[in-house]
Amino acid sequence: MALTGIEIFKHLPKTNCKDCGYPTCLAFAMKLAAKQASLDACPHASEEAKAFLGAASAPPVRKVVIGAGDAAWPLGEETVLFRHEKKFVNPCAYAIKISDNDPELAAKVKQIADFKVDRVGVHYGANMVAVHDSSGDGAAFSAAVKKVADAAPRLGIILMSRDAQRIGAALSACEGKKPLIYGAAKETLDQILPVVKGKASLVLSAGDLDELSAMAEKAAGSGVEDLILDPMPGNAREALERFTIMRRLAVKKNYKPFGYPLFMNAVHEDAQVEGALATLGTMKYASVIVLGALRSWEMLGLLTSRLNIYTDPQKPMQVDQKIYEMGTVNGDSPLIVTTNFALTYFIVAGEIENSKVPTRLAVQDVEGLSVLTAWAAGKFTAGKIAEFIKESGVEKQLTRKEVILPGYVAVLSGALEDKLGGEWKVVVGPREANQIPQFLKARAKG
Amino acid sequence: MAVEILKEKYTGKVNTVTIGTGDKAMTVGGATALPFHSFEGEAGNRPMIAYEILDMPPEDSPAAQKEAWDAHWGDPAQWARYCQNELSAKAVALRLVSTDPDGKNAGPEDAAETVKKVLAAIDIPLIILGCFKEAKDGQVLKAAADAARGRNCLIGKAQEENYKTIAAAAISNGHKLIAFSNLDFNLSKQINILLTQTGFNINDIVIDPTASALGYGLEYTYSVIERIRAAGLVQNDAMMQPPMLLDLASVVWKVKEVKAGEDQLPEWGNVSERGTHWEASTAVSMLTAGAEILVMSSPKAVQAVEKTLDQLMK
Ligand code: B12
Ligand code: SF4
Repeated sequence: MALTGIEIFKHLPKTNCKDCGYPTCLAFAMKLAAKQASLDACPHASEEAKAFLGAASAPPVRKVVIGAGDAAWPLGEETVLFRHEKKFVNPCAYAIKISDNDPELAAKVKQIADFKVDRVGVHYGANMVAVHDSSGDGAAFSAAVKKVADAAPRLGIILMSRDAQRIGAALSACEGKKPLIYGAAKETLDQILPVVKGKASLVLSAGDLDELSAMAEKAAGSGVEDLILDPMPGNAREALERFTIMRRLAVKKNYKPFGYPLFMNAVHEDAQVEGALATLGTMKYASVIVLGALRSWEMLGLLTSRLNIYTDPQKPMQVDQKIYEMGTVNGDSPLIVTTNFALTYFIVAGEIENSKVPTRLAVQDVEGLSVLTAWAAGKFTAGKIAEFIKESGVEKQLTRKEVILPGYVAVLSGALEDKLGGEWKVVVGPREANQIPQFLKARAKG
Repeated sequence: MAVEILKEKYTGKVNTVTIGTGDKAMTVGGATALPFHSFEGEAGNRPMIAYEILDMPPEDSPAAQKEAWDAHWGDPAQWARYCQNELSAKAVALRLVSTDPDGKNAGPEDAAETVKKVLAAIDIPLIILGCFKEAKDGQVLKAAADAARGRNCLIGKAQEENYKTIAAAAISNGHKLIAFSNLDFNLSKQINILLTQTGFNINDIVIDPTASALGYGLEYTYSVIERIRAAGLVQNDAMMQPPMLLDLASVVWKVKEVKAGEDQLPEWGNVSERGTHWEASTAVSMLTAGAEILVMSSPKAVQAVEKTLDQLMK
């Protein structure tokens, strides 16, 4: 949480020596509060002041990294409660739960490790495997953990056990992997802390927030600071409520005991309800979400939810400028222009696909703005469109030199025809993308 | 040490809007806190899901849609009745697609006829949606409002070019109104102001801030909803206090992710489960942000969302 100038001032030497380049300590403190200066500029600041200001400037939610090397997945570092305020920082991780005594363990782990989907140019996969000690047998648990660690080197590992001894043994079976331990309850915290210290991150579970807060303080006090908190909600309302209370205290009050990433067990017997609960967790602050099985359709949806919610509200997603060929195009196929705002592109591309008419889609770089916004900002002009079309060389592939404009920028058609020159003809398309299929089909019929 | 919970102080309240008549009437809204934040205020009424029904068979439709509705296409009255009696629908939303001037271009009288038939078949609340072409909707929704007189329907969508006609028809026939704006916080407020300037009561308005499907701008809708809700509750902005309707059925079932078969994209998984999840997941995001009414299509998705709502309203 941001400090005020006055709060910072209290920790400065108050000598007004000007060595920092500012006339007074207070003036310097104001600059620090506005994040326009760094404490390093004051050569007289005490160690205590450095520690205090260092801690205060750290994000209210601690960064916790699960896994090592290729598998490292950073969590936390969030600074706001709502996406429209500022971009959420570290995307949540989806973990697939698997029992250590599952006879199909090897096959399932391979499936999770190999699982890969491509959607709109982004490659997705699951992030972690959560191995549960269902067997109740320490040796079996360690063996299963080792199998997972070997078979899925790029995934994080969660050791799901409440038994300190089993956890200790399993940790040796995945040395150096920096797994997440799930986890400690109030009764077992003392035994588990020394076992995980320096080797793994730890989930603390308690349904009572006072208890959870006390556990977090105790763990941090003992030097185990890579914590994930599980307020053990019994239903969706409790999940939303507890996550909100905890994250709000962390962000608005810099309440340290809740300044950690949050854990959600979304496993539900009804896979569709599980998908819905996991969506809720994705939207509302959960950083590690455990699912009951790998289901491609559920992963595709959740990974898309995550992609959506962790986008920058100020900086739109973009696609590359180029002419995308959709379907098997020939000389007669239509040529459509649009902008490189990812949303615009996906909607238009989707409708072209729906039309089943092979089409060339010329996507112009306008720094990721929608058609009308780009036009209003002077980035989608006749001159720029003409330049792009000409430089692309698409002309040579066309039998009729015709380009279709989005209906919203019909005003550009005359100027564009002039700029393109020659035999070029500009056709104004419909306004809304959902009318594209009809439009293209009608055009194909001639 | 006891944790001191930080409670938000809300000064506003989401308006309550009742749709329908008799003991099947539904009331939405009423929250005095952000969605499902019952620890610091009233959660208000349970959000309502209305099944979308179409007045003519769709041109093409994803497999899951076909499977669910094939038997009912072409007979909206019987379809509505099926939703009410077999699926325990709380409401239905009749979309008058046949009136689209670029399609079948059916006239307002035909639409009125359909509305009458549907209303005769059900006693649950009815939402009446036009074809979403502003000029035509003006005529069609006027006729529909007349035909539905006395049934306290929710009609829309009123937009900048047609709101005067539609609002007048809603007032004279006792209906509630959907005020549509295109994914913009300020425009959403603007249309409400325009409507109230015609004498329309803000308490009879439902906001449609534009739905987006998961993966297709969901984040924009999500953030606009969150901002509208915060403006109504925290800043006590009276123009931003109507309940919100999200027309999911009109956006979700068009996207590639619900359509592409497993033969095409085996790594995306079972197409029917995928479609169900796509609609349910979009719905849950909207509810989390602040939606009170959802227009949905897949019975399986509705079921999943209702189960989630059971938990959220506990
Ligand atoms: C979000 C938004 C922004 C965001 C930008 C987000 C972005 N990435 O573009 C921000 C806040 C940055 C912004 C800024 C501005 N905006 Co602005 N913005 C909008 C808003 C609300 C939504 C735009 C959007 O995302 N649309 C969704 C996309 C998918 O739509 P689309 O690209 O047009 O694509 C659709 C169609 O065009 C069609 N289509 C696309 N390509 C093709 C191709 C063919 C062939 C066919 C047939 C169809 C087709 O398919 C799509 C779906 O139907 C609109 C209002 C509105 N409701 O449209 C205003 C709007 C576009 N903005 C406007 C303005 C004026 C601006 C600013 C100049 C000033 C301002 N008032 O803030 C700045 C300029 C930015 C700059 N850099 O200088 C005006 C434009 C007015 C006009 N008619 O000229 C609008 C219309 C708002 C208004 N009513 O005043 N804006
Ligand atoms: S250098 Fe340090 S002590 Fe000197 S004026 Fe600046 S803040 Fe104060």
